[in-house]
Amino acid sequence: MSTETNTIEQLANKEYKYGFVTDVEQETIPKGLNEDVVRLISDKKGEPEWMLEWRLKAFRHWSSLERAQAEPRWANIKYGPIDYQNLRYYSAPKNRPKLNSLDEVDPEVRRTFEKLGIPLEEQKLLAGVAVDAVFDSVSVATTFKEKLRELGIIFCSFSEAVKEHPDLVRRYLGSVVPYTDNFFATLNSAVFSDGSFAYIPKGVRCPMELSTYFRINARETGQFERTLIIADEGAHVSYLEGCTAPMRDENQLHAAVVELVALDNATIKYSTIQNWYPGDKEGKGGIYNFVTKRGKCQGKNSKITWTQVETGAAITWKYPGCILQGDNSVGEFYSVAVTNNYQQADTGTKMIHLGKNTKSTVVSKGISAGHGQNSYRGLIKIQKNATGARNFSQCDSLLIGDKCGAHTFPYMEVKNSTAKIEHEASTSKIGEDQIFYCKQRGLSTEDAVNMIVNGFCKEVFRELPMEFAVEAQKLLSISLEGSVG
Amino acid sequence: MQSTNKDWYLASFEAFEKSLNGEMKSSFHGIRKEAIGRFAELGFPTTKNEEWKYTDVSPLTRLRFQPVLQYAGEGVSKKDIERFRLGIQDSHVLVCVNGHFSRELSAIGKIPAGVRLGGLAEEIRSGNQLVEQYLARKAKYENDSFTALSTAFLMDGIFVRVPDGVVVDRPIHVIFISQNQDTEVVVHPRTLVVAGKSSQAAFVESHVSLSSRPYFTNVVTEIVLGENAVVEYDKVQMDSTSAFHISTTHVYQERNSNFASNAITFGGLFVRNNITAVLDGEGSEATLNGLYLATGEQLVDNHTTIDHAKPHCPSHELYKGILAGKSRGVFNGKIFVRKEAQKTDAKQTNKNLVLSDEASIDTKPQLEIFADDVKCTHGATIGQLDDEALFYLRSRGVGLEKARDILIYAFASDVVDKIKVAEMRETLQAMLHDRLEQSRAFNKN
Repeated sequence: MSTETNTIEQLANKEYKYGFVTDVEQETIPKGLNEDVVRLISDKKGEPEWMLEWRLKAFRHWSSLERAQAEPRWANIKYGPIDYQNLRYYSAPKNRPKLNSLDEVDPEVRRTFEKLGIPLEEQKLLAGVAVDAVFDSVSVATTFKEKLRELGIIFCSFSEAVKEHPDLVRRYLGSVVPYTDNFFATLNSAVFSDGSFAYIPKGVRCPMELSTYFRINARETGQFERTLIIADEGAHVSYLEGCTAPMRDENQLHAAVVELVALDNATIKYSTIQNWYPGDKEGKGGIYNFVTKRGKCQGKNSKITWTQVETGAAITWKYPGCILQGDNSVGEFYSVAVTNNYQQADTGTKMIHLGKNTKSTVVSKGISAGHGQNSYRGLIKIQKNATGARNFSQCDSLLIGDKCGAHTFPYMEVKNSTAKIEHEASTSKIGEDQIFYCKQRGLSTEDAVNMIVNGFCKEVFRELPMEFAVEAQKLLSISLEGSVG
Repeated sequence: MQSTNKDWYLASFEAFEKSLNGEMKSSFHGIRKEAIGRFAELGFPTTKNEEWKYTDVSPLTRLRFQPVLQYAGEGVSKKDIERFRLGIQDSHVLVCVNGHFSRELSAIGKIPAGVRLGGLAEEIRSGNQLVEQYLARKAKYENDSFTALSTAFLMDGIFVRVPDGVVVDRPIHVIFISQNQDTEVVVHPRTLVVAGKSSQAAFVESHVSLSSRPYFTNVVTEIVLGENAVVEYDKVQMDSTSAFHISTTHVYQERNSNFASNAITFGGLFVRNNITAVLDGEGSEATLNGLYLATGEQLVDNHTTIDHAKPHCPSHELYKGILAGKSRGVFNGKIFVRKEAQKTDAKQTNKNLVLSDEASIDTKPQLEIFADDVKCTHGATIGQLDDEALFYLRSRGVGLEKARDILIYAFASDVVDKIKVAEMRETLQAMLHDRLEQSRAFNKN
């Protein structure tokens, strides 16, 4: 086994591929958080009065929470105290002129994106991906906007939406994740920097996958995106989000909020690949990913699908959920979460069944390697009036190595006698006989492991859009390299 | 409004201490004092406490229960005991009335040499070595308010010692009777079972009552299994429908021992069962089964923990619940697999049948695994009777009510059938029928 261990170790020792710092002049504000900072952020972004009011309301609520030390501590993760006054809450690349074409984008920034493989260049555009690239809080360039506009689809940065579509933003902002929702969502509501906004009008099927890349660049800058997607009656949209962050020593805080609203017969598919910097092999550094994502199936027959591949971040705390309010609405959650080295993940979903004949499916695959700790935490709640609700949950864990941990905390709360709930969970390791079988047929150990792991995750990868599925498989094998010996 | 009555319990502890007189100087009293101190710090759990998330104890803590300091068995006759024998004709019967052991009412048959069956109080008084070694050591009270309370008020209960290599061939039936005509009482009976190496014994613990006034039973059981010991521990809870019942069972297993428990919950208004099995020896095996049938305003909460501390241990768990009326069910099953517990094979199943719109169930199976070469699964379902199965039966001329009964009965008998004490199994099957009828009657009203 030792020779195998060596090759795998070599693979494991590969440096974080996306660890580099872009040298762009940054416009930042002093560290710390107080009302003035909130006003300053709002002012810098040229926001209207109502937006500032909303931020301030959230900030005041957050201050009271912080005083009461109400930072959530129930999750199965361990981290030192976060000094919220020692973070910078705004950072933007300097001198931002209005950009009309890609050529105007700072070449340094563009090279960063190229290294990341973000399809911002022309040829990638031809591949049919519209990208709203968030580079440290400010939208740098938005592509394919024109084409989408023809169909009446609004896809822009959040700050732009605040200015240009205030009615929509005011109507839906906070309607799924209110500013009082939880500690991190409240913090986000006060200081959110930017994010994406999409509105798909009635009966329109979005012709391409909408996509955003988030990237944390400046040191010690918490990134607080806010995404709002609204699918009007009969609309259909698939949204992709991917994250990569450069190597840093300090732990960086990422507290995003995503809100989805699906009206009658609308469908939203939200896919995420999360590959923030996970920290080094000793567990030093890495991103704290404390995210609140929630979708509301507000209308009849609406459907929201969450698909996530979580390979990065030192700590992940994330529960994309669905509120199944409309009758016959459907919520789905497919997740692969990988923890290697000293990564910790406490992730899962919440399915709140309110409407009649609502259905939800949960498929969660957790892979733990090294010293990684992986927890699935899910809530299935059937309210009194949710007649005929149906849920199927499956959470499987794969353990690689004897120092990692896999945990499951499923909660099922049923208040209606017609509900049918099924939950299954299993934990296992890659069998020696499986590896032996593959090796006997001429595969190397790491290929065999890759193959088995990919097979284990297949149910989830199948749900990802094509280009993401390929990237997800690659990411998975990079994150797991060196974990078998 | 803060009316959890914590102070009430602290005050009654002082009264209790006074009643102890000379015994206050005994070494065990130090543990009592420590426990009440711990309780004073902990107070009663709230729903913010993850272990009590779904069960609000305020209906219990609002009431002022009186501790029962003296044995008073006058109101109970031998005839009453006959009624409570669950059809087991041939058994050693140990009776506790309001938490105090009664030698008059007990009927202990011929027992193998070295076996001790009897009251716990006298064993504490006589300074039994095993009592010193195990009592209040296995059931940790540091983080559990009710165990702390039980330890603080510990006076009497049952002590069973089976020496190495001895097989007790007849079941040992422990009957806890509540008998309170005038006041609301609280009792804290304690059972300590020490099964030696390669010994074997089967227990039945039943809880019954002779009055309809509310009472609170806070029972703690500690079971220690030596190497190769085999113990079955069945618990049948038939308290009155105004009773509060909290039971905590701690099982500690050494190498190659085998423990099986079947917990049947029929009675009580507010029931919480905690059972923890620690597999602390290679090759030991634990089976925890449970059945809860709740109707009316009942609340039944089952919390189970299986702690795999050593390698090569299998564990099995099957809990089934039937919820009718306005009842509430809670299930939490934890399985811990420690770092060194390789080759663990743990299986947990929780199935719930919800029969009425007013009933609700919260279930939370939970796995925490720190070893890699393990097989662990858990499954939980919540559902109703299968329409197709009902249709099948009706198409064969079985009436709707009868058909439902057959299906519910089949659902429940999975657990009942696992009980090894044959005579009791039959009694329970009959009781199950009665209970189903009752719940149907309730639904009609």
